[in-house]
Amino acid sequence: MSVIEVTGLRKSYGGRPVVDGVSFAVEEGEIFGILGPNGAGKTTTVECVEGLRIPDAGRVRVAGLDPVADHEQVARVLGAQLQESELQAKLTVREALELYAAFYPHPADWRPLAERLGLTAKLTTRFAKLSGGQKQRLFIALALIGGPRVVVLDELTTGLDPRARRDTWQLIEDVRASGVTVLLVTHFMEEAQRLCDRIAVIDKGRVAALDTPSGLIRRSAGSTVISFTPSAPLDEGDLNALPALASVEHKDGRITLSGTDETVNAVITLLARGHITAHQLRVSDATLDDAFLDLTEVTS
Amino acid sequence: MNTAVLRTELRLFRREPGALFWILAFPTLLLVILGSIPSFRRHHADLGGLRTVDVYVPVAVLLGMIVGALQSMPQNITGYRERGILRRMSTTPVRPSALLSAQMLVYGAAALVSALCALAVGRLAFDVRLPEQPYGYLIALLLAILAALALGAVVSALSRTTKIAGAIGSAVFFPMMFCAGVWLPVQAMPDGLARVIGYTPFGAAAQALNRAAAGDWPGWAHLAVLVAWTVLLTAGASRWFRWE
Repeated sequence: MSVIEVTGLRKSYGGRPVVDGVSFAVEEGEIFGILGPNGAGKTTTVECVEGLRIPDAGRVRVAGLDPVADHEQVARVLGAQLQESELQAKLTVREALELYAAFYPHPADWRPLAERLGLTAKLTTRFAKLSGGQKQRLFIALALIGGPRVVVLDELTTGLDPRARRDTWQLIEDVRASGVTVLLVTHFMEEAQRLCDRIAVIDKGRVAALDTPSGLIRRSAGSTVISFTPSAPLDEGDLNALPALASVEHKDGRITLSGTDETVNAVITLLARGHITAHQLRVSDATLDDAFLDLTEVTS
Repeated sequence: MNTAVLRTELRLFRREPGALFWILAFPTLLLVILGSIPSFRRHHADLGGLRTVDVYVPVAVLLGMIVGALQSMPQNITGYRERGILRRMSTTPVRPSALLSAQMLVYGAAALVSALCALAVGRLAFDVRLPEQPYGYLIALLLAILAALALGAVVSALSRTTKIAGAIGSAVFFPMMFCAGVWLPVQAMPDGLARVIGYTPFGAAAQALNRAAAGDWPGWAHLAVLVAWTVLLTAGASRWFRWE
């Protein structure tokens, strides 16, 4: 069953369409990613899901409810972590947890929640004195305190150091393991590839692709990358004639090709035929990064 | 209204030493300083036989609410909007308006405590007579607090950032202090000026309080001025207020 359904969503600001016909459905228990360049309409889309903005057109349902008309009921099943939002500077962690727990009819017990998020030692610390990672963990706790069915996490790890980012990823996996569906907005490819079951790539207000991370990679033209430094120059015509070739790059005598398995075999044959040795030969799968650039390039 | 939000805002108010001093302590302190000057404790014919310390009690009573409602509250509310605190609350089952009403209740209550403190110290330390028409006095005081909060709400609505709220707050602060009689008590103002000042919220409040203190029922005209300001300013604030 879909926890979140978005159909034909449109939203313009001052006549400029920011979200232009976005549709997707988030299934119960998955981590669903919304990936896209800055200004693609990601945040506006999730703000419509959270009921913070009224769509110009289209239909949004959270657990079958309209986030604008049934705001209170939706707020009880949907927890949100917002981009660039703070708390009162002198509010302590414990007070924030108790305050937000009081907003819900059946809140989670904040003590084990604080324990799980590593906030127990910080309960009497004021918000302004927390580190970036601690603030984000508190925001996750506040998003979970109402015992939601789904949480929306918007650019959660932006501004965190690599260590804190990895810790946060583990937390998101734990949240899903506890049965909560996660809608994750990000512009970090690594994060999306590691965490998400499915990803909607949004570009210029539209869904450019919707698939699993590996599906997105397979779908891009150059899903395999071959790089090597040849012992003798290769004929440019031969290189360009390689089957299923997506791109060729020369840099400091090193050649980087992208294509498929077929391209790999053809390169090896080409090298063997010319008795050329390939130094530091590397064959790797393309990353989501490559797929993303490929996808957002097509639409621009 | 949400009691958890109110309790939290009250707790946060207690953590602001600046606000505590200027709203709760300063007005009474000013009264104590003025009352300690011997010549201010002598009766003056041009003050209608009152002493300077007598006419400064209503000024002290109004001072706390002016500081709280015009300086502290708009900066808090604007900051809550600026830093996304209102937005975060919009994602919970509780509406962010709970935060605004809690702020108003906290600063309204603080203004009341500040006023009672000034009255008590005036009575105990300087033998200033308590209001002889206490009900009329209380009504005038409550209406003055409502007008002050409504004015503060307009400042919050018009200020996009905390800095602007501070600037507008200060710009409104000094004329309001003047109207309340901080530099020249309304009794000492020329008649024409006193009449004009009587149309401003704090000028009307000062004159209504003086009447009630002397034992008369505060004039309907002054109370009506306060009600009119409150209605007008509240309408403006709810029209202009932006949640983000």
